[in-house]
Amino acid sequence: METTAVKSNFKSEEYFINMGPQHPATHGVLRLLLTIDGEIIKKVEPDLGYIHRSIEKMCERDSYQQIVHLTDRMDYLSSHINNEAVCLTVENALQLEIPDRVKVIRTILSELTRIASHCLWWGVMGMDVGALTTYFYGFRDREMINDIFEETCGARLTMNYNIPGGLMFDIHPNFVKRTKEFIAHFKTKLPEYDTLLTGNVIFQKRTKGVGILTKEDAISFGASGPVGRGSGYSCDVRKHHPYSAYDRITFNEALKTEGDTFARYQVRIQEMWEAISIIEQLIDNIPDGEHKVATNAVIKLPKGEFYQKVETARGELGVYIISTGTKNPYRLKFRSPGFSNLSLLNHIAVGGKIGDLVASMATLDLVIPDIDR
Amino acid sequence: MTNEALQNLISDWIPDLEFTEEESQFLNITVTPENLHQLMTELKNNSETKFDYLFCLSGVDWQPELGVVYHLESTTHRHMVVVKVKTDDRENPTLDTVCDIWKTAEFHEREVFDFFGIKFNNHPNLKRLFLTEDWEGYPLRKDYEDEINMVIK
Repeated sequence: METTAVKSNFKSEEYFINMGPQHPATHGVLRLLLTIDGEIIKKVEPDLGYIHRSIEKMCERDSYQQIVHLTDRMDYLSSHINNEAVCLTVENALQLEIPDRVKVIRTILSELTRIASHCLWWGVMGMDVGALTTYFYGFRDREMINDIFEETCGARLTMNYNIPGGLMFDIHPNFVKRTKEFIAHFKTKLPEYDTLLTGNVIFQKRTKGVGILTKEDAISFGASGPVGRGSGYSCDVRKHHPYSAYDRITFNEALKTEGDTFARYQVRIQEMWEAISIIEQLIDNIPDGEHKVATNAVIKLPKGEFYQKVETARGELGVYIISTGTKNPYRLKFRSPGFSNLSLLNHIAVGGKIGDLVASMATLDLVIPDIDR
Repeated sequence: MTNEALQNLISDWIPDLEFTEEESQFLNITVTPENLHQLMTELKNNSETKFDYLFCLSGVDWQPELGVVYHLESTTHRHMVVVKVKTDDRENPTLDTVCDIWKTAEFHEREVFDFFGIKFNNHPNLKRLFLTEDWEGYPLRKDYEDEINMVIK
């Protein structure tokens, strides 16, 4: 009886510790100011802005073709999908009729981007919790996708393949063959991911029951992508507001209800299987036709406000354009998925240990340039 | 719920709301700063509207007004609405916070404060988010000038 009284009265001193901006687990230049008591986290305060380039301000002086190039530099792992978001906004505003061929190619490339992004996430996730091998497995498979992109788009990371009105040029003659080769390869390799990491007891102990986010909180914090879906919140933009060719294919929205780190992990693994299935449905049915429609050399959007949301590998990216009818946007806002997902980090980390914070942060899958736009 | 039904329902709550669907794909509601918090609470809590997902919060400099645009969606009814609020005061613009209604607003309002200088009443932690504490001016305002760092055409 006495000992419990002593224990409950015992209070150690709270102190601050810096995590970052050059910490490997923050995946970039993010600084977290942790308030800790022993090893228990009391508060996490993110300090942002180390690589803020003010892309939104730059957009106000750029033409719409130029803006597409800036979006690569936000979430560089979903660069193709970011390009698509701006192009779709401009095309909807101009009411352009986009050829089916473009829609299908964009969807295939979006899903390849998603797999590439999740491969990298999976490798880094393993490394964050101490399993170094995963890094090499993830990068091995991602390399094949980068090669496909290099052949078709001319770049491996910042693709710039979309332009308002379609695609910059048609796909490479090898594209279909190489994509099929990759799918066949990846279908045999993805089960290895489960063998190596998912079923690992140490990994499960590090992730199960850690960083729990309820469905109500996920909605309130504006969580999207696998972070929201790990909490049972159906938030897939591809399902609810289909764009490009997503309305003509069947796929399941990966949903888990546990809301912990392991659930978010499983959602991303499931998403890779879904992406394979989406690509398989489309790759043999790329319609013939033009790869772009002509637009004016100087694009002027009509006066008004335009909003478009797309599903990147990290969640919901929104592009909000206010146009006054000139060749530049009056105001352009990017609603980035990472920014909202970061805001809930304090909520899920408080009460846990620093090691748990690293594990939860790995499944938020933060890309810092996406937060520091 | 259709935009028309939404407009009929919401217009009964608070007088002097302006509704428009022109030049936008959503129903736009313009509200005065005094009525902002009351309208937002009702939009979130009313069982027929139930806008529980604030998916975008943007600061805008309309010159001369400063303001904030809220994009709302309901995850149960799947309808969307846009709420706009404007203030004429450029020296000391102040609006009510909505971060007690949607938690995501806390970070987004800090971003708006950082780049537009709009203060939010009752915000728990209103300070610069991206820029340093000693930064002068608010960069996303249209009248902001920085001869060294900005390329001026």
